[in-house]
Amino acid sequence: MAFIDRWARALLLGEIACGMASTLRAMFKPKVTINYPHEKGPLSPRFRGEHALRRYPSGEERCIACKLCEAVCPAMAITIEVAPRESDGSRRTTRYDLDMTKCIFCGLCQEACPVDAIVEGPNFEYSTETREELYYNKEKLLANGDRWEARIAANLAEVAPYR
Amino acid sequence: MPKLTIDGLEVVVDHGTSVLQACEKLGIEIPRFCYHERLSVAANCRMCLVEMERSPKPIASCAMPCADGMVIRTNSDTVKNARKGVMELILLNHPLDCPICDQGGECDLQDQAVAYGGEHTRSVEERRAVTNKDLGPLVKTEMTRCILCTRCVRFCEEIAGVSVLGAVGRGMHSEVTTYVGAAIESELSGNLPDVCPVGALTSKPYAFTARPWELRKTESVDVLDAVGSNIRVDVRGSEVLRVLPRLNEDVNEEWIGDKTRYAIDGLKRQRVDRPYVRRDGRLQPASWDEAFGAIVAKLKSVPASRVAALAGDLVDVEAMTALKELMASLGSPNLDCRQDGARFDTTERAGYLFNTTIAGLEQADALLLVGTNPRIEAPIVNARIRKRYRESNLQVALIGQPVDLTYSYQHLGEGPEALSGLADGSHPFAAVLKAAKHPVLILGAGALARGDGAALQALARRVAEVNGLIREGWNGFNVLQLAAARVGGLDIGFLPGAGGRDTRAILEGAQKGEIEVVYLLGADEIDASRLGKAFVIYQGHHGDRGAHRADVVLPGAAYTEKNATYVNTEGRVQRGRQAVFPVGEAREDWKIVRALSERLGHTLPFDNLARLRERMAALSPVFAGGEGLKAAAWRSFGVTGEVTAAPFAPVIENFYMTDPISRASVTMAKCTEAFVLSREGKTGTHG
Repeated sequence: MAFIDRWARALLLGEIACGMASTLRAMFKPKVTINYPHEKGPLSPRFRGEHALRRYPSGEERCIACKLCEAVCPAMAITIEVAPRESDGSRRTTRYDLDMTKCIFCGLCQEACPVDAIVEGPNFEYSTETREELYYNKEKLLANGDRWEARIAANLAEVAPYR
Repeated sequence: MPKLTIDGLEVVVDHGTSVLQACEKLGIEIPRFCYHERLSVAANCRMCLVEMERSPKPIASCAMPCADGMVIRTNSDTVKNARKGVMELILLNHPLDCPICDQGGECDLQDQAVAYGGEHTRSVEERRAVTNKDLGPLVKTEMTRCILCTRCVRFCEEIAGVSVLGAVGRGMHSEVTTYVGAAIESELSGNLPDVCPVGALTSKPYAFTARPWELRKTESVDVLDAVGSNIRVDVRGSEVLRVLPRLNEDVNEEWIGDKTRYAIDGLKRQRVDRPYVRRDGRLQPASWDEAFGAIVAKLKSVPASRVAALAGDLVDVEAMTALKELMASLGSPNLDCRQDGARFDTTERAGYLFNTTIAGLEQADALLLVGTNPRIEAPIVNARIRKRYRESNLQVALIGQPVDLTYSYQHLGEGPEALSGLADGSHPFAAVLKAAKHPVLILGAGALARGDGAALQALARRVAEVNGLIREGWNGFNVLQLAAARVGGLDIGFLPGAGGRDTRAILEGAQKGEIEVVYLLGADEIDASRLGKAFVIYQGHHGDRGAHRADVVLPGAAYTEKNATYVNTEGRVQRGRQAVFPVGEAREDWKIVRALSERLGHTLPFDNLARLRERMAALSPVFAGGEGLKAAAWRSFGVTGEVTAAPFAPVIENFYMTDPISRASVTMAKCTEAFVLSREGKTGTHG
């Protein structure tokens, strides 16, 4: 009897019918894919994307050259040089280099930063054609900060209660 | 001998030991801020509180002498709470600026706050702010960070001997300040940042340069004076960033002089980083091959008797050994390591050593200084004398220029007449020396550099022998050398051979044209204008006086760049260790001499450091058996002669600039301007 049952199922295309029914059901559900360059998925406020150096609202750079990010970085991607600033003798970086090809996006630098200067922002679209363009210097990082400040500040405010 | 119990462990200590010291003896750590082993006890930070049985409240262990039967607890809840409370009080007014503080990472307060403090502050009050003080070009202040432990005040008063710092005001308004707003004029002021447990006093030249965790540390020896202070060289990459003292009770305790600490920025400037050869009257860059070629061509055309060599003040024993051997193989007897032109008897080591040893000064009860100003010639030795002066009735007398030595002394005149009086026992101070148990005489190397140096040496020996400075188990005769290279050079016999010329004769010969080639091994303190028409080979690390006059410049290594042996003024053999590589094409000095010997066809029989050191040991038994103090037996030395009545002139005009490294240093230039030129009065070029 089992022989007849198997042949009857095969001839009546039962599996195809099941599959088509599944396809039909999916056609009436909302889509899970997005049209990437034109549409983007949601991002967590804690998303760790491209780095940025922030400024205070006055325009003063936040970074005080404490070198904690450099010390904590497990990939040794950060290089900092320090000197007293000429105008007021305050402690500032003369060089803040971040090798994005070394970075593993662990987020320890922003955890270590006592003044929320170095942050990993929401930007993930910074692919380049050459490696050299991924060796970020201080100007590039500060420019990132200026460009993304609104989103970064909003994200930081959102996660502040849990930090 | 009190016997007490600490945390259930019994310990027997000497009378007068504090509870804190007893705890340390047992290896129990007691947190502290104001207590420092080498300073008096202030007991004002209260961090060292411990619990004592039958005491109603915790006691400050640093100020409590041990008594028989005491029972101390250092880990009870009461003690932990007391520490937490004290820490909270100290942190009330301490700013949270660790990220921008240079002390961050090596801060006593940071460490102890983590180990003994609470988790968070309960204070909502405003923190106090204190204006910064200007303490000169070496010490940077951030007085808001001060926790008023007064270690700096006690250091200045007790060790450095300058009463410029003090605590004024009460309660919230108390602060450490200079009495008259003046910079600290002391050769030991660089130790203040080390003494400060927080970041209130930090090093100004080192400000913001590096974090302690980035530095590679090399234990080495200082060469900028003849004391041979033990130092730690901190390096990042190829750059020497700072020098810190290393504990050595026999030499420098835990202090170093300001020149030792701050002259290192001179290692980056004025360096000779490649060979130079003089062509058409100008020094022009050359390759090693060309430089050696020029030397070989000249040396082949000149008889050996017309070749001379002088060694400088910062040279290591290895380099001098190699050059001595080279001169011997060339057949030239004209060599001298005393570039100051001193002529004295070098046959007996005891005649040029600091025989009492620096630590031995702590037993001295009468001290005679002859033609020396230890305060600037060897600040560390002066600190030892002052230490002894403070803790006992040390009678000091000075023959020479009356100067401020940070302790009081009896002035016996400026010239050597008093010395003659002491030699025949007629001078009143002779009685003091004779009555003393451990009398000491310190003869300055500057006195030996006078024309009558040999006679002065003999006279000083007579003074020592007549007045009982030489006894069983005690040698009170000392020569305070000025240069790190000197004793080493004398020990291996970098001295004129039979019929050879010494420094003065070499310079005279060069002027007259009798000496045609002069090899200057780091010799910069000679009068280069007296070299006449001689062909000058300069081997060294800085483009200083010697290099300016040279016809061929060979780039050598500075003391941070080579593994080398030095002998300090006591006769203590010490090894400096390489912290960074020599700059550019520069090489270790003995290797240069070795390479040159090969080109000259007199290849020296050593090609590694071990073989060279074997050769050193063969030249002098001092170098057999590694590092350590090599004392000398007392025998007769000196050449009795006529002593001129001329007063002893100061040997060092400017403490901050005595050698090529410190002359190239920006920090030392700032110090010169702040401390030396201001004393002399401003000149027309000052603004």
